[in-house]
Amino acid sequence: MRGGGCLTMQDTKLIRRNGLIKDIRRNKFSYLIILPALIYTFIFSYCSYPYILIAFQKYNYEKGIFGSEWVGLKNFEFFFLSRKAPEVTWNTIYLNFLFIITGTMLAVVIAIMLNELKCRIFVKNTQSIMLFPNYLSWVVVSYMLYSFFSTEHGIINKVIEAFGGNRVNWYIQPNVWPAILVLMRIWKGAGINAVIFLAAITGIDEFIFQAASIDGANRWQQIWHITIPLIMPTVTIMTLLAIGKIMYGDFGMIYALIGDNGVLYPTTDIIDTYVFRALRKIGDPSHAMAISLFQSAVGFLMVYGSNWVTRKFFSEGALY
Amino acid sequence: MKKFSMGTFLIYLFVTLFSIFCFLPMLLTLIVSFSDEMSIMRKGYSFFPEKFSVQAYRLIFQGGSNVMQGYAISTFVTVVGTLLALLITGLAAYTLSNKNVKYRNAMSLYFFVTMVFSAGVVPWYMICRALKLYDNIFALIIPNLLFNPFNMFLIKNFMSSLPDALRESATIDGANDAYIALRIYFPLSLPVMATVGLFYGLAYWNDWWNAIILVDNRNLYPVQFLLLQLKSQIQMIRDLQYLGGITTGPLPSESVKMATAIITIGPIVLLYPYLQKYFVKGLVVGSVKG
Repeated sequence: MRGGGCLTMQDTKLIRRNGLIKDIRRNKFSYLIILPALIYTFIFSYCSYPYILIAFQKYNYEKGIFGSEWVGLKNFEFFFLSRKAPEVTWNTIYLNFLFIITGTMLAVVIAIMLNELKCRIFVKNTQSIMLFPNYLSWVVVSYMLYSFFSTEHGIINKVIEAFGGNRVNWYIQPNVWPAILVLMRIWKGAGINAVIFLAAITGIDEFIFQAASIDGANRWQQIWHITIPLIMPTVTIMTLLAIGKIMYGDFGMIYALIGDNGVLYPTTDIIDTYVFRALRKIGDPSHAMAISLFQSAVGFLMVYGSNWVTRKFFSEGALY
Repeated sequence: MKKFSMGTFLIYLFVTLFSIFCFLPMLLTLIVSFSDEMSIMRKGYSFFPEKFSVQAYRLIFQGGSNVMQGYAISTFVTVVGTLLALLITGLAAYTLSNKNVKYRNAMSLYFFVTMVFSAGVVPWYMICRALKLYDNIFALIIPNLLFNPFNMFLIKNFMSSLPDALRESATIDGANDAYIALRIYFPLSLPVMATVGLFYGLAYWNDWWNAIILVDNRNLYPVQFLLLQLKSQIQMIRDLQYLGGITTGPLPSESVKMATAIITIGPIVLLYPYLQKYFVKGLVVGSVKG
């Protein structure tokens, strides 16, 4: 279909011989309407790449990228020698790891369960409920969390008190927060992931199940030997994408739920919140850029690494 | 009809419990927002308050707080932003799906590169500052959310799946490119446009990132960001009080806080049937096939 089906052979040759200008002249309207997107992407994406260089500068807003002083790797040194570097890197990876493992497993389990249920009304209604949290912003979610964990009025403390225990000020206990964050992540995301996996399951050819059934396989065996192997590619792709992004924390989640509560930083402060503070609170864009660059570099290796592993051991799941 | 086995029962039980787990926090927020302030003070948040009251909502709607202004900002930003974003994305998608355009794949690559390589927050912030997208209403609309290549590819894939005969027969009948796009391709692509429109709309409505990074003026805060500020202030004061016994003036009441959260969800509840229909479908297509 080179050159479009509506054209004769001669026209096709004409287009191929001439370059971009000719093509634009032929398709004025098409090129005109894509222009806003091209310009927008050029400004907000392509023009942003040179700014990466400020990681090696002591950036000055007045002097700009060309006038600022070059400092080599000072910004990186400052970050890597600080106590915060291992802390935020570890938290980012650890929390994301927990989210991926718990979220994926639970979503797969729920998807398989929903597929087993034959009562359509029940499945539809429970799905509607499970999906709803996905549409809420983390700010709204933080209020819901607060209604449970608030020191003074929170339900959990009320329950503890009712059983004769003492109130716990959850917002000054760093150790419990990874668990709380995992819980909230499941609460918000498990439903939508389950629906995605459910779509993968319903895409499986019904005949395979029927054939297995005739051969005497029970439901459990069918799940174990048909459903799970056949949705593994989808699960792997989604996990792979998540691992590729393991260096990128969920700023919206952490900042909405934790905010500027420094007491909780040891277990919850991630690269993204740290970059945000370096940029907006401390006002050091070069330092922020250096950390951000470190994040991208490791993130890039993660994508390649995880894909390499998958291709080696599980070829259908690999992305490229 | 198969027997109602133990396994099936356990599955029903588990799914029901998980749904309750998802539902309870929302229910609690709703009930607290309708609770009488005094009963919250006495008994804390509760699913069974001593007394119900609409006082919190009355306070908000009478302008007792700046929530309504934030609501107006959010609404404006969402409507204008979504329409603009949909326009830019849809138009670009059409060109990429147009097989007469020779360089469409090159342009796809041009967009795709930006999805893979992102320079991060800092350059983005610098560009917004340089474009004077700072501390004004455009700072909430133009950066970050206005155009997303992923959404564009979603529309493009849909348009590419339409039969080529459509374009060919229309061309033979004398229709030009603009006519084919506006009268044939866009009307046929309404479902996917609805999906992408909901993606954008939800992102704009729930966004507070642009506000936290690019806006200082309190009068421009969207409702989500106001909500965040409200919480962090209150929480900080609460924790301080609890730790050191510092007393402060009256705080915004508990029920008003929760009522603000509830009215922030309002539009999402209203659009929920459409979200279920289009949003989920788009997400499934995007993640399973993309």
